[in-house]
Amino acid sequence: MAQTLFDKVWERHVVSQQPGEPALLYVDLHLIHEVTSPQAFAGLRAAGRRLRRPDRTVATMDHDVPTDPRPFKILDEAAAEQLHALGENCRDFGVRLFDLDSEEQGIVHVIAPELGLTQPGMTIVCGDSHTSTHGAFGALAFGIGTSEVEHVFATQCLWQSKPQTLRLTVEGERRPGVSAKDIILHIIGTIGTAGATGSVIEYAGSAIRALSMEERMTVCNMSIEAGARAGMVAPDAVTLAYLRERRFAPRAGERDAEWLALASDASAQFDAERHFDAATIEPQVTWGTSPGMVAPVSGAVPDPRQMTDAAARAAAERALEYMGLRPGARFVDIAVDRVFIGSCTNARLSDLEGAAAIIRGRRVAPGVRAMVVPGSRSVRREAEARGLDEVFRQAGFEWREPGCSMCLGMNPDILQPGERCASTSNRNFEGRQGNLGRTHLVSPEMAAAAALAGHFTDVRQA
Amino acid sequence: MQPFTRLEGRVIPLDRANVDTDQIIPKQFLKTLSRQGLSRGLFFDWRRDPAFVFNQPGYQGASILVAGENFGCGSSREHAAWALLDFGIRCVIAPSFGDIFYNNCCKNGLLPIRLAQPPFGAERLTVDLARQTVDGAPFAIDPYRKHCLLEGLDDIAITLRHEAAIAAYEARQP
Ligand code: SF4
Repeated sequence: MAQTLFDKVWERHVVSQQPGEPALLYVDLHLIHEVTSPQAFAGLRAAGRRLRRPDRTVATMDHDVPTDPRPFKILDEAAAEQLHALGENCRDFGVRLFDLDSEEQGIVHVIAPELGLTQPGMTIVCGDSHTSTHGAFGALAFGIGTSEVEHVFATQCLWQSKPQTLRLTVEGERRPGVSAKDIILHIIGTIGTAGATGSVIEYAGSAIRALSMEERMTVCNMSIEAGARAGMVAPDAVTLAYLRERRFAPRAGERDAEWLALASDASAQFDAERHFDAATIEPQVTWGTSPGMVAPVSGAVPDPRQMTDAAARAAAERALEYMGLRPGARFVDIAVDRVFIGSCTNARLSDLEGAAAIIRGRRVAPGVRAMVVPGSRSVRREAEARGLDEVFRQAGFEWREPGCSMCLGMNPDILQPGERCASTSNRNFEGRQGNLGRTHLVSPEMAAAAALAGHFTDVRQA
Repeated sequence: MQPFTRLEGRVIPLDRANVDTDQIIPKQFLKTLSRQGLSRGLFFDWRRDPAFVFNQPGYQGASILVAGENFGCGSSREHAAWALLDFGIRCVIAPSFGDIFYNNCCKNGLLPIRLAQPPFGAERLTVDLARQTVDGAPFAIDPYRKHCLLEGLDDIAITLRHEAAIAAYEARQP
């Protein structure tokens, strides 16, 4: 029977299953970090259990870490304790850890692909919802809670009910100035933040095929913002080329044929399908407190009174009050205080290159504080080798050390109450970047343009 | 985990859509090595407002949260489930949930119930998991999750009984 990409990966990982019950699914790669693992390690210890496959478990430090010049002393005691605990746990259980002294340290969803740990056809889990990022390689990758982290530690498996499949086909050519971030924001704005709940998305179509691996990661990263369990893209020549010569990837070409065969069969059936035209997508800006509250930058903040759905109207009213915006305000008239280029969505080399191309030889607007937080030490190194750090510094950006940083503000990088930020991260929830902070999600290019202008600007005119 | 069988309790209503786990428990409370004591972070930012429902004396002691659609979307932080439990919530009723949050609840003996029309007006409700009813009205739940919740099972112990199958699977891999 014709199978989807998802079906093929799923089927290969079923360890056992009784009819009508969830499947016991094998996990090929378990990524962990300091925030969602300590209670799981404690659970293992309390029950006297071993960590079944330390060789399939990889750890990094990212969520809590300061982005100041290194070496630094971590002043936040709770964060320091969590980082210390991860170090001890990894040592005690024999888990490979990319700690703050490592040249490979960085955000978990940035380093696993760049090290070649993420490979097509794998099942990958992590105690972090943006694990969907790894689906860009045709892996089945999803976020789990801490109890499930402990379960994977002990058994290398998870009980999973088979999700639905949803194919999102994006055809056509994107217009200049439109990034992968704009594609996924547009999709979320169209299908809604619960539009893919219970489903695994496969992104397909000519506009997806045309994306680089880093761009595909940006798209898959935000699958969770549409409520999806995971997002996937079928492996192709772009995938194979990316994986060549990566540290943990198989020898060049060795598994290419097997990986290419993972693509959905031509006649495979999906539970649901949606189609998009890339040519109609414009650069996007979010205006509310949910990623689905998004619109083209050429437009204006919507008027909740024109919304027919009562719940949507109430949510929009609440969001506009929180965001300090009035209906009808044009995006280009909205001033920003802060600009954040970073996170597992948009802190890879091509993201930094895209932003640098906009700001080269120009200056950040007076009164705007702008920062770049590379996704990993490797991204930082490669960017420096290309002189991007100088481009950013000369424009007035801060050039910082890698970590999650102001994506979630667990470290000292946060917004002050009322501050408005153009951010390349993935969540504009209330308080996400700091209590009463106001987050607008945009692409790296749009963030760079906002930094220069001091307000949102259509990057095509920047 | 503590079993969930039948619960008769006070309702606390939160009629908002897309309540994300960043709201349920903000990041500063994630810097912990423990699962305990997290109710101090529960809806921390919203509780700055004295009128917020979780601050109202009448709702203290509530054990059933009735919420809007897509409740618990966003971050995978299990701290959201731990914080609700620590406050005394044992059951959340909403039209839909974030997938990871739904899972996390089930792993902690906190019963998530999907009802298209959540009973926002109710003062007290009786939830019966064995019969799958809320005040007599039926709800659906996957039989495996139901079994684990009713018995309070540690599913790691269950999975370890499949050791032979796991080892055989591993032996088949190249
Ligand atoms: S960068 Fe943000 S979304 Fe990504 S893993 Fe870190 S905190 Fe999560």
